[in-house]
Amino acid sequence: MAMTRILEWLGRFYIVLLLGFLYLPIIIMAAMSFNASPFYQLPFEWTTDWYASLWQNDQLIAATWNSIEIAIITTLISTVLGSMASLALYRYEFRGKKVLQALLFPPIAIPWLITGTAMLIFFFGVGIGRGLIAILLGHVALALPYVIVVVSARLQTFAPELEEAARSLGANQWQVTMRVTLPWIMPGVIAGGLFAFAVSFDQFVVSYFLSTPGQTTLPVEIYAAIRKGFTPEINAVSTIIIVVSMALMLLTARFFKFGGEK
Amino acid sequence: MADQLAIGSRRGLKPALPLLLPAYLWLTVAIFLPLSAMVFFSFMTDLPLAGKEWAFTLGNYAAFFSQSLYSTLLFASLRLGLEVTLWCIVIGYPAAYVLAKVLKGRSREAIFLLVILPFWSNGLVRIFSWAMVLREGGILDTALNAVLPFKINIDLMYSYPAVIIGLVHSYVPYMVLTCYLTLQAIDDSLIEAGRSLGASRRQVLWRVIIPLSMPGLIAGAALIFVPVVGSFMEPRILGGRTGTFYGTVIEDQFVAVFNWPLGAALSFILLAVVLIILALAAPVLRRAA
Repeated sequence: MAMTRILEWLGRFYIVLLLGFLYLPIIIMAAMSFNASPFYQLPFEWTTDWYASLWQNDQLIAATWNSIEIAIITTLISTVLGSMASLALYRYEFRGKKVLQALLFPPIAIPWLITGTAMLIFFFGVGIGRGLIAILLGHVALALPYVIVVVSARLQTFAPELEEAARSLGANQWQVTMRVTLPWIMPGVIAGGLFAFAVSFDQFVVSYFLSTPGQTTLPVEIYAAIRKGFTPEINAVSTIIIVVSMALMLLTARFFKFGGEK
Repeated sequence: MADQLAIGSRRGLKPALPLLLPAYLWLTVAIFLPLSAMVFFSFMTDLPLAGKEWAFTLGNYAAFFSQSLYSTLLFASLRLGLEVTLWCIVIGYPAAYVLAKVLKGRSREAIFLLVILPFWSNGLVRIFSWAMVLREGGILDTALNAVLPFKINIDLMYSYPAVIIGLVHSYVPYMVLTCYLTLQAIDDSLIEAGRSLGASRRQVLWRVIIPLSMPGLIAGAALIFVPVVGSFMEPRILGGRTGTFYGTVIEDQFVAVFNWPLGAALSFILLAVVLIILALAAPVLRRAA
């Protein structure tokens, strides 16, 4: 038994090491964004200048607004369309349903490099071209499967008898959906929406191929800046992004249990 | 469960159609048509835009097979994918085991969330944060070497190991997640039964735990291998001049060289390789499900 105790403590220690590996670079990046030296030199000298100078950087601010707008519109569209599709896949039996469910996986499983370049070719070919509209089209398509998977998972816990009961009490289809089904699946819909927001807000590869110099998103702007050379300003904006996206996921976790805990 | 579903389900595609159509139409326009268009364009000499001359050709594929550069890079990318996947198994599986079988209750929930949280934060920014660490190794390597289980020094930036470290950091939470889900489902009494029948720890691990968690391992491996083979941003930022891979060559065709048809052919070859690998993994996954 003593052996088991030792192994368990080794296991706990290992988890601490892993967390160190996962968080250390992020923490160092955040620390350097508050360091006065533009060449990341130590000793550490506290400053918030880099954050202040972000406000002067019109290009970054414009890209940030684009990112936020696209993420919000993506969330609204993909949550509504995705929830509708989940309901249909849950309620109805029809031939080809398995195919429709399988079709949700290519957008998730195919590398974004391939999806992104394919979108670029197609949107150019049909005249949509590059820009914010193209980016929005792409983001919604990438977010939809996540919403459908999350909402469908929530629907699995729904008792269909409730719909039957409401219907036999005289409620029509619309009333059943709005008053019985929707309130039940709401946590799933909110989690799906937060997923969609995260997918869009963090998306780099697809946005990268679909953006043009004036119409771009924050990650694309950061990539361009990194390739020009590192500056503490990038650390500052990166720190903000990482804090925002982690906060979003903590919020999602409140609505949706990842681990399938009992 | 089966008859529960039967009560709620109704037959027919017709009533389902208005609910399904918007989502699937969107997916068609933004995913399926583009993928088909890419295949189509990969057989062209030039894009049929603005009255440019174009013709059908096999030349883009011939370029892949006649110039060893492309197949060499594809193999380099496949090797990168394999190495990153192996490191993710080595690092992620034990962590998943500890999470599923050693930790309990609230601390398990909290640590699980901590492990997968960075995974949902911006990938580009996390890769950039490694550029920070590896570049500043001179200042940080004493601290890092005390914390990390392997040696890090300044020379790592713009090297192959830097690309591996960044990619493993990006994808290891996937492996922890999928393995945790299957490990958690293993009944503890199976492990105890094996032990009480005289099997050693090692025998229980190899004969009971690993076989039962195989679906999680394979799902995790597929989820990591596929995007890593197509990665281009990570090698660009962390690999510098050594960071030329298949993905970066495709990127170049679209943003630097502007040879879109060749880029489409290279993308399609990558897609085919990826689909073949997923198809090989599928039976194992299905058998488990």
